[in-house]
Amino acid sequence: MIHDKKAHKYGMVIDLDKCTGCGTCTVSCMSENNVPFKEDESDKKDSITWMRVYRLTNNKPFPDTEVAFLPRPCQHCGGKGDHGHSPCVSVCPATATDYGYDTGIVSQIYTRCFGCRYCMAACPYHARYFNWWDPVWPEGMEKYLSPNVSPRMRGVVEKCSFCYHRYQLAREKAYASGSDEIPEADYQTACTTACPAGAIVFGDLNNPSHKVHQIVKPDPHPDPLNPDVVGKSRNPKVFRLLERLGTNPKVYYMSEREWVRKLGDHYLDGEWEKVKNVYGSASHE
Amino acid sequence: MDAALIPEGAKRCSFPKFMLGIAIVGAVLLWGVYAMLLCWFKGLNQTNMNDYYGFALWIWADLAVIAVGGGAFFTGLLKYIFKIDELKNIINFAVIIGFICYSSALLILAIDIGQPLRGWFIFWHANVHSMLTEVAFCLSCYFAVLTIEFIPNILENRQLNKVPFFHHLAHNMHGVMAIFAATGAFLSFFHQGSLGGVAGVMYGRPFAFREGLLIWPWSFFLFTWSAAAFGPCFTLLVTRITEAVTGKKLVKDNVIHLLAKISGWMIFTYMIAKIIDTWYWAYYTAPGLGFELSHFYTSNGFYGYWILVAEVIVCGVIPGLLLINKSTRENPTFRLIAIVLAVIGVCINRWVMVLQIMAVPVMPFDTWALYIPSWQEVATTILPVAYGIILIAVAYRYLPVFPQELELNRRSEVRES
Amino acid sequence: MFPFIFEWVWDIGHLLFFGGFWYAVGILGAGMTYCIAKAAWDTMNDSGESHH
Repeated sequence: MIHDKKAHKYGMVIDLDKCTGCGTCTVSCMSENNVPFKEDESDKKDSITWMRVYRLTNNKPFPDTEVAFLPRPCQHCGGKGDHGHSPCVSVCPATATDYGYDTGIVSQIYTRCFGCRYCMAACPYHARYFNWWDPVWPEGMEKYLSPNVSPRMRGVVEKCSFCYHRYQLAREKAYASGSDEIPEADYQTACTTACPAGAIVFGDLNNPSHKVHQIVKPDPHPDPLNPDVVGKSRNPKVFRLLERLGTNPKVYYMSEREWVRKLGDHYLDGEWEKVKNVYGSASHE
Repeated sequence: MDAALIPEGAKRCSFPKFMLGIAIVGAVLLWGVYAMLLCWFKGLNQTNMNDYYGFALWIWADLAVIAVGGGAFFTGLLKYIFKIDELKNIINFAVIIGFICYSSALLILAIDIGQPLRGWFIFWHANVHSMLTEVAFCLSCYFAVLTIEFIPNILENRQLNKVPFFHHLAHNMHGVMAIFAATGAFLSFFHQGSLGGVAGVMYGRPFAFREGLLIWPWSFFLFTWSAAAFGPCFTLLVTRITEAVTGKKLVKDNVIHLLAKISGWMIFTYMIAKIIDTWYWAYYTAPGLGFELSHFYTSNGFYGYWILVAEVIVCGVIPGLLLINKSTRENPTFRLIAIVLAVIGVCINRWVMVLQIMAVPVMPFDTWALYIPSWQEVATTILPVAYGIILIAVAYRYLPVFPQELELNRRSEVRES
Repeated sequence: MFPFIFEWVWDIGHLLFFGGFWYAVGILGAGMTYCIAKAAWDTMNDSGESHH
């Protein structure tokens, strides 16, 4: 482990009101990370899409129908209480997935994974993918693979790494320049840089100078209503997926639209009305 | 032809008839082996599993065979630790059934993993916080215990027993069997439990997640309890099937009644715990996470409340009551109904704790995912059944598995001769 | 599994888990060693009588 002076906590916030569902994030992710694909990618249950875009709807009839798109990378969960026991990390029997306490990034060690798929069963976001087939690229395309990312073999699990290789390059660059700090612009994920709408903001949630921190305003204290939840946003328009489970993702979403925010979690009858105005805006410093 | 190998005084069918039976089951076995080789060489794309169903038919089969194989450790515990001596008349068979179940589970796991050659990583690079690690360690160790428990029975084969070393070895192993049985019970407690823990710790899956005691979710204890409760029913069921196939009474009724009674009380008490667990989960755990009970049982084409009723009432409470009631327990028809229902019940429980967990959508905008296994998955799941039948047939033919067989069949054999 | 593998940590989790594991393996190993050794001894000193 790299012992930084202060641990980073990389995360992102995705503005769902800006996302057009164009899929550029998905494509850039696949080419950046050497994600293999099949001839027919229409069955999303067995094709690998580290960054998958979901289509949400308010389920109202025309003309009130509204649609939103929700890009879903790995949520890089901090686990209950944000102690690093992510749903997937804690279950992996062979220590093939690990929580980086210096970055907050959940890694996947492909050569260590033996393909039991327990992590996939444990992940409620379906962010983990199994290599059901040997990775094959159309002839000639293998020349365009990124040399910074190892391709995966059949029979192992893979997932979004927050472009960890970019972090490594940025860190090397910082060391070479004699600095301990990794500038915000030096470490950005492929999806963030590719999004034409600028819907994705990525950075260090622990660094107040980073834009992601300024938007999310993460609360470092446990939620008094649910002590498992840490890092809740103090921005009332920002939410996390399935926050109540206590997985503590580092991917936040933002929307002005109430129905979109409500789709981020499950609520019993009447619960949403009670929490919708305080959710995310708790001010216990 | 093989008369010299058959236990002294025991009557067996002719060798050609025996081989014909083995050949028929062997054909099914080969079909399973073919499917297994396809999975190993071509990969898990041979299955209908997908990224929503990382755990599917095989993991269910694993959990189910280990649950029903629990009869071996529980009967061993009762016989060697609690000194219930009558059970010596069924313990050999319980051990053989357990041996088949556990070897099958290990085989299925070896097919199920994406990189079988890296299977040893689970031991070498063990993450001690994972329930699956605990399963792997305890399951392998307990399989060693079952092998140790099976060896004396093998060595009691008429020809093997003539070898002085084998004779002494079998005798010595019998002498210290209580220590092995106690170790087996210790290991079984943990691996049966950790199989329940596999589901219970998944706090990202509200259908599976259970609160618990220290690091163990309630499902940990329920799985151990249910294996001890339902395992003996499977032992009784296979004994009944073996008696039907061989046309012989092999175990005295008092032994059967005793095991059925113990199993009945275990099932009954387990069901009380299971109902409390389900109630607490349905009214506190899941709603606390924003989920109504109806979320898990409606809006899909298969999983309705019926599966809960089938597991808890029809195949849980009812067989429990039938087995604790003396008159129904001692009635062969009611007893058979009860043990069949009980075995189905524990299999439904394991199904629910694997397949339904995968089926239930967790993200609010996600949808139910249903799956139908491929023929390769079905064939490799039937493979252990065929293997089990062959092993039981061979063991019954050549080993003194049932100590009461000769006594129970002396009169009929005299009549036949 | 062993202290020389780099994941090993001398914490309560590893001590309990592997303590239990090596304890069970130890009992099984010792038990079988005893049975085999005694069987060999008995065979060498066999008086020909059956124990059953």
